[in-house]
Amino acid sequence: MRRFRLAVAQIAPVLGDVEKNLALHEKVAREAISRSVNLLVFPELSLTGYFLKDQVTSVALAGEEPALAALRNLSQRVAMVVGFVEEAPGHRFHNAAAYLEGGEIRHIHRKVYLPTYGIFDEQRYLAAGGHVRAFDTALGRMAILICEDMWHPAAVGIAAWDGAEILLCPSASPGRGLGQAEPFQNSSTWERVIRAYGDLFTCFVVYANRVGYEDGACFWGGSEVVGPTGVSLAKARYLEEDLLVAEVDAGTLRRARIANPLLRDERLDLTLREVERIIRGQAGEGPGG
Amino acid sequence: MVDLRLECETVRKILTGFIDNEVRKAGFERVVVGLSGGVDSALSAFLATEALGPQNVWAILMPYRTSSPESAAHAALVVNTLGIHSLTVDITPMVDVYFAGFPDADHVRRGNKMARERMTILFDHSARLGGLVLGTSNKTELLLGYGTLYGDMASAVNPLGDLYKTQVRQLARHVKVPTVIVEKQPSADLWAGQTDEAELGFTYEEVDKVLSLLVDQRCEVPDLIAEGFDEKFVRAVYHKVQASQYKRRLPVIAKVSARTIDRDFRYPRDWGR
Repeated sequence: MRRFRLAVAQIAPVLGDVEKNLALHEKVAREAISRSVNLLVFPELSLTGYFLKDQVTSVALAGEEPALAALRNLSQRVAMVVGFVEEAPGHRFHNAAAYLEGGEIRHIHRKVYLPTYGIFDEQRYLAAGGHVRAFDTALGRMAILICEDMWHPAAVGIAAWDGAEILLCPSASPGRGLGQAEPFQNSSTWERVIRAYGDLFTCFVVYANRVGYEDGACFWGGSEVVGPTGVSLAKARYLEEDLLVAEVDAGTLRRARIANPLLRDERLDLTLREVERIIRGQAGEGPGG
Repeated sequence: MVDLRLECETVRKILTGFIDNEVRKAGFERVVVGLSGGVDSALSAFLATEALGPQNVWAILMPYRTSSPESAAHAALVVNTLGIHSLTVDITPMVDVYFAGFPDADHVRRGNKMARERMTILFDHSARLGGLVLGTSNKTELLLGYGTLYGDMASAVNPLGDLYKTQVRQLARHVKVPTVIVEKQPSADLWAGQTDEAELGFTYEEVDKVLSLLVDQRCEVPDLIAEGFDEKFVRAVYHKVQASQYKRRLPVIAKVSARTIDRDFRYPRDWGR
């Protein structure tokens, strides 16, 4: 990993309009290039909007789709994480995010945990991903986890144990729960969670949330970059579009891991053994078990 | 355990952003709002004025001959405070000519007719002025079914539908709706001396607590009884919510085709916007 400048594009995508959203991505990418940004992270489903419902199949793209060509070209000047609906072989539709760099797609993460409760209905429309992987880039080793994936600490653990130094989290979080919290109850929970992950997994966490309204739900923004000691390095505005820029420095990561050698002391063999035991136990709990 | 206090400045920002966004997405820049003189429609008008500017807000005052003069005075106070457009349409002639044919109609029928009469005027002015009808129903009345279906419940965009009545009051105070409007007894003003709380049989403070526990915190009725709430009251509230469910949905459609509207034909309301 080296020192570089990253940015979060806190945008309000147009629901179901890939063409308009592509134009918006290009515009923000050019702005990022002019500010010497090396990596630009867009929110979840940034090319399509979030509450798509039956539009999912109409806005889906295959990874190599020409629609992404303009962004792939721009990725020769700024690496990008872009959210889209991926139509995978067999016509399985995934909530996906691609890492574009040097004119190519380096990695695609398919959202593993599809929330289907409360305001969410993803399993009705989408297929779940089956992998959590760290991957190498010109800027360092990274992993992508999309929104709900982050609410499963084991997924975050896998990313970190697989060597991710920078955890990229595209998100489309609708605000829920009014009260004394600013701006929502769930937004303050997110803030606690990402800061804790920075601390526990001694890695950078880039939380890229969107803004705007869909069917009356309001995405709260507040994107954030957290350092490997859990400290917030940069924080975007709530409820408004923003381009959040932060410097990411390998030295900070090194020092954090020296001070807190949690990953060194990780016991994956023990974890695996105990997880296998738990799975065996659960299998035995069935009616005939 | 029940804290209905709002961080008002944040809510104000979210709701004005919502109005601006939903109105413009639909291709409009104006709204039409029925101003009754009460706190709900006053707050809707205040928020819309902040979101769209006074030049884009049309208040329609639609009194009936038995409406209290105080209501008209309070509606005028809102119009003058905000500097928005206003127009008065007296609904007495059309309502009276109708009930001349049905002189035995009770309060409820008359009240519903008035609410629906007002609705048709608002939607006519929506077409006339090129503005969306701004809703004024709050979460308490929507949940209790304390509103007229296709009457005051009808609108295109409703900024208040997720705020309980007691929260509407807090936010109204915060955005400086005149105190006299915020603090008066809520009334549908359908007949002389009517008040919401007398008609409902409980206060908004009481019912908002129960609704918040049942709806937002997902408590069951026995949980509330165990917490010491009056059983009859809780069951009555639960029954009102259940009995009025139909008012919060499209009319039920007999399913015969492969893909039925709102059942397995599901697009966002903001589809293509």
